[in-house]
Amino acid sequence: MSSSKSKEEASENAHTQSIFSNSETWKYALVQSLPVFFGYLFLGIAFGILLEQAGFRAGWALLSSLVIYAGSGQFLLVSLLRDNASLAAVSAMTLLINGRHIFYGLSFVEKFRAMGRKGLYMIFSLTDETYSVLCSIHPPAAVDPKKAMFRIALLDHSYWILGSLTGALMGQLIPFDFEGVDFSMTALFVVIFLDQWKSMPSHIPAVVGIFSSVFFLLLLGPDRFLLPSLAAAAIILFLCKRWIVPKLEGGGEG
Amino acid sequence: MTPGRTLLVIGIAAVCTFLTRAFPFLLFGGKKELSPAVRFLGNCLPSAIIAALVVYCLRSVSFDAAGWLNGVIQLVSVGIVAGLHLWKRNILLSIGGGTVCYMALLRIVPALLS
Repeated sequence: MSSSKSKEEASENAHTQSIFSNSETWKYALVQSLPVFFGYLFLGIAFGILLEQAGFRAGWALLSSLVIYAGSGQFLLVSLLRDNASLAAVSAMTLLINGRHIFYGLSFVEKFRAMGRKGLYMIFSLTDETYSVLCSIHPPAAVDPKKAMFRIALLDHSYWILGSLTGALMGQLIPFDFEGVDFSMTALFVVIFLDQWKSMPSHIPAVVGIFSSVFFLLLLGPDRFLLPSLAAAAIILFLCKRWIVPKLEGGGEG
Repeated sequence: MTPGRTLLVIGIAAVCTFLTRAFPFLLFGGKKELSPAVRFLGNCLPSAIIAALVVYCLRSVSFDAAGWLNGVIQLVSVGIVAGLHLWKRNILLSIGGGTVCYMALLRIVPALLS
């Protein structure tokens, strides 16, 4: 019984190996995650320094980045911890600042479900940056797409952990002036925006996204505009469905 | 603050963050077939969300007396990133080149104008 099972597994392995290359998949994940590296390293360092200055040792920075893993959410955490906020405030503020994430999974419901237990990690690690990279990748034939997605998520997470530990342990000792490295996150989203623009058969979603976010930015100010602008964009897209769907389907055929 | 309390705060933050990310999966993950409406939004929301994230990154751009210079430097650098990307279509070059330009402008321009 067991030998036939292992034979089956072996043939299955041989089968996958014949299609996908493991090293190519690692290489692909590494290259695709590289744009996130500098941004996460810098933001992670900034978080580590802040938490350290608020009186919490490196172990807490490591734990937060390991189990929370959210940029703006963890910067909020520093002030919540420092101000000794109530547990109700902690949950309400965290839900609010991460509210935009409720829209991200919509594009990955089936893909993550097909990944089994790893899918749970994919849901946990769906940050702005990982989400954007996962939306934009087109793995070549030699790359296992599911493994590539998992490894990109894992690498991004490890950059974030590395950054926050570095910041907490030796943030003050780093001689290099990092000011402005965080622009690499802006650049990442600009690049992915341009790629999406080129590959999407309909430009209505991108245009709706710009107008909706600029409108709510002007209306509500820089701190709380993102969640309402995404909700409005989803509603507008839904209302414009009949103009977008023919283009999407036409693009799929061509 | 006691270590237990810190642990509790981090735990709550972790659970709440996970809940926001798990929301669509809790809502639609159990169904065998996704409804056409969800599938439609799943296909076209990424473009809108990424556009909104670009605006989010540039939210500090302002045109008042204190912030206009930084705003102009950010917008010029975004132009450099876009130009590089439309020219070479190399993600690392576009991001690396644009970031280096931004960091250089951030140090040089205010010094020139002061």
